[in-house]
Amino acid sequence: MSEINAVQRRLLQEIAELHDVPEGAYNIRANGKSVGRNTTANIDIQTKTEGSGIDIRIKDGTVNESVHIPVVLSESGMKETVYNDFYIGDNCDVLIVAGCGIDNCGTQDSEHDGIHRFFVGNNSKVRYVEKHYGSGDGSGKRILNPVTEVYISEGSTVEMEMVQIKGVDSTHRTTLAELKQDAKLIVRERLMTHGQQNAVSVYKVMLNEDGSSADVVSRSVARDDSYQKLDLCVLGNAACSGHTECDSIIMDNGRILAVPSLEANSVDAQLVHEAAIGKIAGEQLIKLMTLGLTEQEAEEQIINGFLK
Amino acid sequence: MLELKNISFGAESTGSYKEIIRDISLTIPDNRFVVITGPNGGGKSTLAKLIAGIEQPSEGQMLLDGEDITGKTITERAKLGIGFAFQQPVRFKGITVLDLLRIAAGKTLTVSEACSYLSEVGLCAKDYINREVNASLSGGELKRIEIATVLARNVKLAVFDEPEAGIDLWSFKNLIRIFENMRSNERNMSVVVISHQERILNIADEIIVLADGRISKHGAKEEILPEIIGSGFAKGTCPKIEEEGE
Repeated sequence: MSEINAVQRRLLQEIAELHDVPEGAYNIRANGKSVGRNTTANIDIQTKTEGSGIDIRIKDGTVNESVHIPVVLSESGMKETVYNDFYIGDNCDVLIVAGCGIDNCGTQDSEHDGIHRFFVGNNSKVRYVEKHYGSGDGSGKRILNPVTEVYISEGSTVEMEMVQIKGVDSTHRTTLAELKQDAKLIVRERLMTHGQQNAVSVYKVMLNEDGSSADVVSRSVARDDSYQKLDLCVLGNAACSGHTECDSIIMDNGRILAVPSLEANSVDAQLVHEAAIGKIAGEQLIKLMTLGLTEQEAEEQIINGFLK
Repeated sequence: MLELKNISFGAESTGSYKEIIRDISLTIPDNRFVVITGPNGGGKSTLAKLIAGIEQPSEGQMLLDGEDITGKTITERAKLGIGFAFQQPVRFKGITVLDLLRIAAGKTLTVSEACSYLSEVGLCAKDYINREVNASLSGGELKRIEIATVLARNVKLAVFDEPEAGIDLWSFKNLIRIFENMRSNERNMSVVVISHQERILNIADEIIVLADGRISKHGAKEEILPEIIGSGFAKGTCPKIEEEGE
């Protein structure tokens, strides 16, 4: 990682907790080009011959291995769209860590639009962690518009942890999932917006075959003058079970539109949705103040816990 | 020592001003176990909140070890050594029992230190330490965790607002044991409990009866308890449960 500078190093720490070269397979992209790559016997990474992006191929039976594909942008005015495709074989158990960090000290907008597609084979287990982070005090905006598509085959489980806590001015994230027999999707999204930020998160999960299930939970905090729209839709097209939940804390002049929705196209589909938006309960603040915290410290503790 | 001098408190209620606490003067000496009882609506919970600083009196003065705390905030009083256990314990999403005990102790508690507070309230630590303080816990469990947070703080004065409210009878027996231990242990702490329960009144050094915002009786347990026993504010537990407890 010799071509990585200090700013990029800090961004990598924020999004992938990377202090140095990760173990296992990785591809590190900085300001539009690959600055480090490693493949293993079971995990191959190839640059796409057409367009921008990479193909990641994980062999059948790959167990306890990880792939890191962080992206960092530290040049103002950088705009890119990247297509990354993951082909995960049968009977795998892998961890995939993605994420994007933008540092914009300039006046021009910086934007990274990552389109990730996952093709998961049979009876595999995938854990996907994606963190987004922005920093820099320039007037240029930090924009991230990720698209995630997940195709889960029979008996496989995909667990996704999506986190965007700080510094991204504008985001429009779309997540689409299609599940086959006995496939399972678990999503935990955590989102915090502040300042003038705008975040839209759309999920469309299709439970297409018997025994498939999804549990999509979004927890978010909107502070200052920020706005969020959370649109979580689960479609039950077979004997399946789905649960979606939007749980939000609103502060200052923040605004949130939560639209959890369900569509049952099979009489055997069992679908549940929940949504709650509210400010921090006064009694929660009072309780922590009786334990010796100031009002501000209590607020921080409550939000940290909520987004943990 | 906590001193209340001519404390009054009132609030607007359906357009008219209602006085809830009327000119109460009271001293709670160190290392004393005081139970406050009285009819519903008599001002007991309001008095507890006034001590913790959750409500501010309209008149009067409050002193803790001689220091005037009347105008002090909830946080300042907590730092001076006043603890408060809520009648309805508050729930938090994402905050674990260990987090809450650490906040209460004001330091990084080791797991074994946290465990000692939990075992004091009859909870097996390994089952609870990483549980979130949310709706997945029962009323009795939340109540005991609430008490553990007060114990973890090493306070001078601990106020418990109706600890028996909302818990099942089985948990109630354990609760009595916790308060009995609190009294017998040398903690160097004064305890004020708001309660209607005869079993809790029976642990007291002193009993105060609060009715219509005023102290109607105040004295040693031996003096007051026989006068109020069997009344609405010194209730016995279910006789069946009493038998099992024998």
